[in-house]
Amino acid sequence: MRREIPMIVAFVAGVIIILEFFVPALTPVSSRIQNWYLVVVAFAILVGAFNLLRLNYMKVRHRRTDWPFAILLIVGFFTMALAGLIGGIDEGTAFDWLFNYFVYPMSSTMFALLAFFVASAAYRAFRARTVDSTLLLAAAFIVMLGQVPIGSIWVPSWWPFFLSPDWLKDRIMDIGNTAGQRAILIGASLGVVSTSLRILLGIERSYLGEE
Amino acid sequence: MKFVQWLANIDRRILFLLIAASVIVPLLVPLGMPVKVTPQAEAIYEEVEALPSGSTVLVAFDYDPAAAPEVHPMGLAFLRHCFNKKHKVVIMALWPQGAQLAVSAMAEMTDEYDLEYGRDYVNLGYKAGGDIVIKSMGASIADVFPRDMAGRPTASLPLMKKISSLNDIDLIMALSAGDPGIPAWVRVANALFQKKVAGGCTAVSAPQFFPYLQTGQLLGLLGGLKGAAEYETLVERPDAATRRMDSQSIAHLVIIIFIIFANISYFILRRRPEASSGGAPGAPPPSP
Amino acid sequence: MDGLTLLGTWIAAILTLCILSFLYKDNPFYKFAEYLFVGISAGFWVAYQYHNLLVPNLIEPLFGSAQGKGALPLLLTEGQFDLRLLTIIAGLLGLTMLFRFIPKLAWVSRYGIAFSVGLGAGLFFVVFLQANCLAQIKGTIIPPVVITDGGVDVGSSLANSLLIIGVVSALIYFYFSKEHTGVLGGAAKLGIWFLMVSFGAAFGYTVMARISLLIGRMSFLIDDWIKGTLIALGLI
Repeated sequence: MRREIPMIVAFVAGVIIILEFFVPALTPVSSRIQNWYLVVVAFAILVGAFNLLRLNYMKVRHRRTDWPFAILLIVGFFTMALAGLIGGIDEGTAFDWLFNYFVYPMSSTMFALLAFFVASAAYRAFRARTVDSTLLLAAAFIVMLGQVPIGSIWVPSWWPFFLSPDWLKDRIMDIGNTAGQRAILIGASLGVVSTSLRILLGIERSYLGEE
Repeated sequence: MKFVQWLANIDRRILFLLIAASVIVPLLVPLGMPVKVTPQAEAIYEEVEALPSGSTVLVAFDYDPAAAPEVHPMGLAFLRHCFNKKHKVVIMALWPQGAQLAVSAMAEMTDEYDLEYGRDYVNLGYKAGGDIVIKSMGASIADVFPRDMAGRPTASLPLMKKISSLNDIDLIMALSAGDPGIPAWVRVANALFQKKVAGGCTAVSAPQFFPYLQTGQLLGLLGGLKGAAEYETLVERPDAATRRMDSQSIAHLVIIIFIIFANISYFILRRRPEASSGGAPGAPPPSP
Repeated sequence: MDGLTLLGTWIAAILTLCILSFLYKDNPFYKFAEYLFVGISAGFWVAYQYHNLLVPNLIEPLFGSAQGKGALPLLLTEGQFDLRLLTIIAGLLGLTMLFRFIPKLAWVSRYGIAFSVGLGAGLFFVVFLQANCLAQIKGTIIPPVVITDGGVDVGSSLANSLLIIGVVSALIYFYFSKEHTGVLGGAAKLGIWFLMVSFGAAFGYTVMARISLLIGRMSFLIDDWIKGTLIALGLI
């Protein structure tokens, strides 16, 4: 009941979607359960949001570090959620206004901060110590230069084309990068395929909270 | 030698200030450097050009505000191209914030073009589920999206009357900030339903999609702000991305110069280990 | 710029500066924006799941809408079975997720998790094999020597050969079942070099991405906030 049935549920759900590729008559059944998936995932996302709320409520209740900020988080949560639930989410609503002037600037600035840290990290860590690190440095260098207009406009007409950052960047991306990324893609896909099979066969049970 | 040591240990706040200046100054004093178009961007442009007028293009807004400075301008340029060619556009999102960003993108488009909702374009909104959403759309779009973004029944929209599943879509443009995004569209829409998929993504994720370009699973790719600037150049309407490429150039130059400085000082200090101020020769300097 | 937009722009600018203040050091202004951002984002997700998923894909098929009766009223009032009634299973599976909050009954949530994990595993098994494994292998089976009408195309031949060597050697590096010595070791070393080139390229692109985001924010502060305010006040 607690373990076997969920494993059977996982097996049946997974096998139906695989069998659909071989038995087209299964498409209506498969499509229906796929649409159920969307609803289940929505609930999973709600669980995440409510859990965040619960953790911050506990923080306030027990007066843990930064608890006044946790109140702010809870207020922000309810303001946004209620604005959307009551007033709708379309253009011109309060929800849309809150998105444009709260969510948007904060979200994009959080990641913009990384510009400074990535520059600092490049300055402190990029050293041509070994062949490996020199290759990494050279590739990054050429790509950074070849990706922006300044990388091509300084090149004089007599400069050999195969030494221009622009041309070198394209070769790095099409050959070196494609080869490396492809090996990662193939390796990772084999990992996903084997894990999927282990889940369907009930060998992999960590998703049930078991070791 | 003191100068070399200073070069190896420049306070990070000086670096921060220089990065900020390299971004701000070109925004105030534009340099107008030309943007070179790559074959990957041109392939998308040519595909949209080759589609007969009135074709249906699905544009997936699979990104959030954190990626918007890079991806949003390419979305706008691509939408302009579609509407210039009188194509019909179906908008959807696998990221919730993407659906909201699509609302603002379409607000700009409706200001520029004479568009009628439901006839020229629709915004189906967001669905959670990534690959499964796309797989399900292969059977029926209306089953996945019974209502559009504003809550109208999808079946009542004139444009959706001729589009029942992904098979009725002529081209998919995935504007992506990760997964679900381009990888999901390639895995499902291209691999399972043989649909043409083009992509526009953040620069962070662009390198991982080059293998898809070589196999033809992805017909073209716009990578980061540069990709957006390329598409703006192609549609002959320079906008935010093109303007911002000057800042991009100068900031890259500053970072490159600092990397060169750091390496010069590293090699000088490595040759004279006695001159270095403690620590193993060539060890990274301590962060202030 | 109307009053509401101007107010919004100022709020956005202040929040942007609060977050940028982290560059100096962690401080209460940054924390203020950080917590507010997390809370508002979570609220955003809740509203979206409700309007875009729960209403159209669960509530309306079961309970109906202005456009028509739902499956439950049809069954109860007219005794008519509608296939949409099966959506109730989706609702029940979803509701099991909420049992995570009741420690003694947390195991009930396994039903919903198992369903979504199983379905995902089934699809991933097929699509990853097809799109990321077989298609990529196929893309590597290319002629190492490209012959054209005019003879051997040296550029394409070199590119193809390097691509094949790169993929195979990088895959050898990922093969850990045999010790990387001798020929295998040499090939793995070559594989590392190809991987280093791709990581370097990825780093170059990452720098570009982060700078672009900073440009986006600076552009907002200069154009929308400062210039926008000056225009709204009639100063320029």
